[in-house]
Amino acid sequence: MTTLLSLKNLTKRFGGLVAVDHVTFDVEAGAIVGLIGPNGAGKTTVFNLITGNYRPDEGDVIFDNQSIKTLPTHKIVSLGIARTFQTIRLFHKLAAIENVLAGCHCRMQSGSLAAMFRTPAQRHEEHQALQTALQELEFVGLQSQADQLAENLSYGNQRLLEIARALATQPRFIILDEPAGGMNNQETAALIQTIRNIRDRGITVLLIEHDMSLVMEACEQLVVIENGAKIAEGDPQAIQSDPKVIEAYLGTDEE
Amino acid sequence: MKDKRLVIYAVISVVLLLSPLFLNAYWVDVLNNVGLYTILALSLNIILGHAGLFHMGHAAFYALGAYTTAIINTTYHIPILWLLPVSGLVAGLAALVVARPIIHLRGDYLLIVTIGFVEIVRIALVNNVFGITGGSNGIFGINRPILFGWKINKPWEFFYLIWGFAAVTIFLFNRLENSRFGRALNFSREDDVAAEGSGINTAHYKLIAFVIGAFWAGMVGNIFAAKMTIIAPESFNFWESVVLFMIVLLGGRGSIRGVILGAFLVLGLPEIFRQFATARMLIFGAFMVAMMIFRTEGILPPLPRKYPIAKMLRREGSA
Repeated sequence: MTTLLSLKNLTKRFGGLVAVDHVTFDVEAGAIVGLIGPNGAGKTTVFNLITGNYRPDEGDVIFDNQSIKTLPTHKIVSLGIARTFQTIRLFHKLAAIENVLAGCHCRMQSGSLAAMFRTPAQRHEEHQALQTALQELEFVGLQSQADQLAENLSYGNQRLLEIARALATQPRFIILDEPAGGMNNQETAALIQTIRNIRDRGITVLLIEHDMSLVMEACEQLVVIENGAKIAEGDPQAIQSDPKVIEAYLGTDEE
Repeated sequence: MKDKRLVIYAVISVVLLLSPLFLNAYWVDVLNNVGLYTILALSLNIILGHAGLFHMGHAAFYALGAYTTAIINTTYHIPILWLLPVSGLVAGLAALVVARPIIHLRGDYLLIVTIGFVEIVRIALVNNVFGITGGSNGIFGINRPILFGWKINKPWEFFYLIWGFAAVTIFLFNRLENSRFGRALNFSREDDVAAEGSGINTAHYKLIAFVIGAFWAGMVGNIFAAKMTIIAPESFNFWESVVLFMIVLLGGRGSIRGVILGAFLVLGLPEIFRQFATARMLIFGAFMVAMMIFRTEGILPPLPRKYPIAKMLRREGSA
C-alpha cells in the first residue's frame, strides 16, 4: 500500500488556543479512515488545514509526495482532494444539477471567449460535464431531483448532493465532514454503502463522524484526537478498547 | 409558456425597431440614452448581478472609454469606430489594474473603494491630468462615426447603431451567462468558500468579470463620445454610477431582460412624467422603496438555467 496523504506535525494556533497540536498520521491509498474525537477537539480544523482553508503554523501536509500546505484551495481540489462541509454549504438558490456542475468546473477548460463564440469544443465540453454531473447524481441516488433547487431537498439529500458535487471534481481523495449529520437510521445505512462504493471507485475516504455505528462499520482505520492532539490510532476494535479514548469520551473517575 | 415569452420578446423588438418611424427626434434621443444605459447596465450586471460584487464605480470605466476615444480621435483623427476596441481595452486594462488588489474585498468595503475610484477618475479629468483631458470644459470636436461609408449623424441613425450594439451585447452576454464562466460567477456569489472548495478560482473569475464589464463600458463610452461630439467630466460623475446600480437592482440582478426593463423604467419614466417635474422624483423614489420591500430580487428576476436533462436521460435509457 502506498501513502496518499500524510500529515506531519501539523499545528494550528488561534491566538493563545492551540486548535491542532502536532498531529501526525498517514492515510493509505484506497482506505476508509475516520477522524474522531469529542466536540471541539479540532477535527474540522484538521480538514480545513488539508484543504487550504487554513494555513498551518507548523508542520506539513503531503499529498501524493507533494507538499500542499501553501497551495490555494482550488488548486488542492484540482490535484484531487475534494471535500464536503460540516454545515451544509450548497448553492441553495441553484438547481441540484448546477451544484454538481460546480464540481465539474475544475476539469473543464473553456473560458469567457469560448462561451461567447460557443465554439465546438465548448459545446462538447458542456455536454460532457452535464453527463458527468448526471452520473454523479445517479451515484448518490438523486437523479430524479436534478432540476430541483438545492434548498428544496431534504436535509439528508442535501448531504448527498454535497457528496455528488465533491465527486464531480474527480478526486483521488475525498474528505467527508459529518456526512451522516441530520440523517435517520435508514439514510445512514444507505450512506455507509455509498461510502463503500466511493472507495470501490478507487477514491480514498477520510471522514469525521459522530455516529459511532457508522464509524465502526464503515472505517477500517481510526484516528482519535482530543484537544487538538492525536491520542490514539488503529483499527476500530483496538480503538474501542483503548483506555485513553474511553477517558476522552466518558471522562475520568475522580474520587 | 416559452413560446408565449418569445412572442412577447419579438413584438417588443419589432416595435422598438420601428419606433424611429413614428417618434420625433427628441423621443428617439431618449431611446438612444435608454439604449446606452441598457448596454452599460448589462455590463455592470456581469459584475454586480452575476458575480455579486458591489461595484458603484462603473461610470469610471465608461469615462475612460469616452476619453480614450475623444483624445485619440481629436489628436490623430483616427475614425471613431476603429477606436471602439481601443476604448474597451483601455477600460478593461484599468479594471485589471484597479480590481486586482481589491477583488477579495466583500460587500460594503468594495462599494466604498469603487466609489472612491469613480471620484478619483472624475477629479483627475477635471484637473486636466497630463494636459490631455481638457479640464472641466472637456473635449469637443469629436468626429461622427462612419459605418460602411454611412456617416452616422441624426438621432435615428444613432438609434440603429446603439440598439444594434445592444442586440449584439444581449446575444453575447446571454451565451456568457449560460456557460461555465457564468456559472462560476454565480457559485462565487452564492458561497465563496463552497465555490473555492469545489475547485473554482473565485478571485480569477471575479477579476475577469470586472474586466469584461469594464471593456463593455469602455466601448459604450466610445459611442457616447461620438454621439455627443463633446464630453466633459460631469457626464461621468458618481450619480451615473448610482443610476446604473439602481437599474440592475431594480430590474433584477443577473437577469438580462430585467436589466433592459430597468433601463427603460429608470431613464424612461422621468421623461414621461416630465410635466410633473417637481413631484416625479418623489414618486419615483417611493416606487423604488416599494420595489425593494415587495420584490427584493427585482422586477424580473433571472429565470433558472435550462439543461437538456430529460433529453439526455432518455438517450441513456434507450442506449
